[in-house]
Amino acid sequence: MSTMASTAYVRSEMVGPQKAPPSMIGPIGWARKNLFSSPINSVLSIVAALFIVWCLIPVIRFTLIDAVWTGDDRAACAQASGACWAYVKAYLPQFIYGRYPIDQRWRVDIVFLMLAVALVPMLIPRAPFKRLNALFLLTVYPLASFVLLTGGHIGLRGRFLPDDIVGPGPVRFALEFALVSFVIILLVGLGARLLGLRASQSGSAIGIVLGALAVVFMVVGADFGLVPVETANWGGLLVTLVVAVTGMVASLPLGVILALGRRSKMPVVRIASVTFIEVCRGVPLITVLFMASVMLPLFLPEGVTFDKLLRALIGVALFQAAYMAEVIRGGLQSISRGQYEGAMAIGLSYPQRMRLIILPQALRVVIPGIVGSFISLFKDTTLVAIIGLFDLLGQIQASANDAKWASPVTGITGYIFAAMVFWAFCFSMSRYAAFTERRLDRSRRG
Amino acid sequence: MTEAIAVAEPPIALKVSSTDVALEMIDVNKWFGEFHVLRDINLKVMRGERIVIAGPSGSGKSTLIRCINRLEEHQKGKIIVDQIELTNDLRKIDEVRREVGMVFQHFNLFPHLTILENCTLAPIHVRKMPKKEAEDVAMHYLTRVKIPEQANKYPGQLSGGQQQRVAIARSLCMSPRVMLFDEPTSALDPEMIKEVLDVMVGLALEGMTMICVTHEMGFARQVANRVIFMDGGQIIEQDEPETFFTNPKHERTKLFLSQILHH
Repeated sequence: MSTMASTAYVRSEMVGPQKAPPSMIGPIGWARKNLFSSPINSVLSIVAALFIVWCLIPVIRFTLIDAVWTGDDRAACAQASGACWAYVKAYLPQFIYGRYPIDQRWRVDIVFLMLAVALVPMLIPRAPFKRLNALFLLTVYPLASFVLLTGGHIGLRGRFLPDDIVGPGPVRFALEFALVSFVIILLVGLGARLLGLRASQSGSAIGIVLGALAVVFMVVGADFGLVPVETANWGGLLVTLVVAVTGMVASLPLGVILALGRRSKMPVVRIASVTFIEVCRGVPLITVLFMASVMLPLFLPEGVTFDKLLRALIGVALFQAAYMAEVIRGGLQSISRGQYEGAMAIGLSYPQRMRLIILPQALRVVIPGIVGSFISLFKDTTLVAIIGLFDLLGQIQASANDAKWASPVTGITGYIFAAMVFWAFCFSMSRYAAFTERRLDRSRRG
Repeated sequence: MTEAIAVAEPPIALKVSSTDVALEMIDVNKWFGEFHVLRDINLKVMRGERIVIAGPSGSGKSTLIRCINRLEEHQKGKIIVDQIELTNDLRKIDEVRREVGMVFQHFNLFPHLTILENCTLAPIHVRKMPKKEAEDVAMHYLTRVKIPEQANKYPGQLSGGQQQRVAIARSLCMSPRVMLFDEPTSALDPEMIKEVLDVMVGLALEGMTMICVTHEMGFARQVANRVIFMDGGQIIEQDEPETFFTNPKHERTKLFLSQILHH
């Protein structure tokens, strides 16, 4: 042992944790580490700080210090060198509701309120009843919103049965619906028999779809005593939200279907999906909107009218679905073959494999992409102005030309306000996505 | 590996049915594009047999067992599993997959589900078992592979050996009649191979019909009742493990054995 003395070592006392030197912790430590770690870094930090101050001073002056906060007409802002917030205040109801009748605006409020009340617990991971909540958001809510916003009671009169059997009206429509349903069920039953599938399964699926449709028709056809409000009178944030939310909700499932279709082994399905996706991605949204509003009516039979907003909604949803499909396809491709094989080997069918194994993982991977495309959709809603719908930006633009408030700063103020509203929505989406990503990442690592 | 063979116990005498055919492959041929991967494969597996398939990489042994549950499609010949012939009929394929369990080299557990959910998924959605019952079954098999305490963790939190044992439990939850193992220990650290092999030996002792593609020759000696040697997409030689290891007949088999046993 004695010969080893020079290299052998045994610790007799443990060293406890000691405080880090002050230059490493706290704000000073952070600044040293991140802002002034080297001469070049220091110079850049100072230049950047000066630039920020240089930009910020005029912005703050314009929006806060020199701004006009009160007033009843253009006189208040005519001489102002800052933002004319009085104008925004006066016009705020219009920015939110457009030309929706003033005494009916409570209906819009209810729709907004329901969305907030249902969405907040949906977004908080720990809140209970997720399934019920989602069901409400995807079924009851759209239906209720439709009835509340339009007034419901759409005239279902039926089309095909001759007038002398039963006159136009809900009864004829109900009869026709029953007839068509019967034929469909018959055909499906026959088809299933021919293909040798179990008829009861496909039959019950069709039954559920037809039953749901019947409920939808009953609700939208029923008279709730609400004054009808034409979509031409809708405007402002209402239109922006209707277009954006419908686009988001519709594009996700459509995108999933298209993405799966594009990866399908069946050539017909694949080619159809690819064609749709590439055509939609190859043309600007404005073109799609123009097609929807100008071209589509040309193809429809005489006398059939289609609501302008509805046409825009369909256009936006389909357009967005194509982008969504590509985002989701990226996610599908990131899932290893082993996952598909593992799922196959335990006997899951194709729909089960997709629903239980592949999509949950694929969608998780592409959350940033999905939110990115939601954000760009939210901003693209402003393009509906081009076909004569007044979204938030369109409404603001229209009001800025109002003689009552015309002043050099009115327009700029309006745009600043629009920018703030859009930014608030998009930024919250982006932050929420970041939060979700972190959460899922954590749960995966445990 | 050489040591494992030296200490390996003699093959276990287990009952192999002489009438009950678990699966049969008749003149099976398969191509990957132009490449002829499986050539005239004839294989009859009786209920209770433990078969080890060995061979150099690229010999088609993985492809062979992947044909049995139709992860790969064969182009010629017949594959009959549990009296069901595998054709393009999706229902037949699903039926076969319900009866055949498979364990992969890379486990292929579902990372977004807990261990318990991994195990209950197929019983609930394929066998339509009530959730509570499926969980009881899953816990039973997780206890058998000695990791019941990990039930609520995610696969990513487990070691490779533990994951592979979960994969075995996941297959067992479907009460399969045949188990396929595709190089189950090849992706594992040496220390973890034993825990997985122990589980597999246990399964064999209970009379499970097993087909294993593996390089674990110790396992083959101890458990298998038949060793099949493949090369170039063909079955070159098959025999009882004792004769196969001590007295191989074909030149190619001799070469293979000399290379893996005396490296």
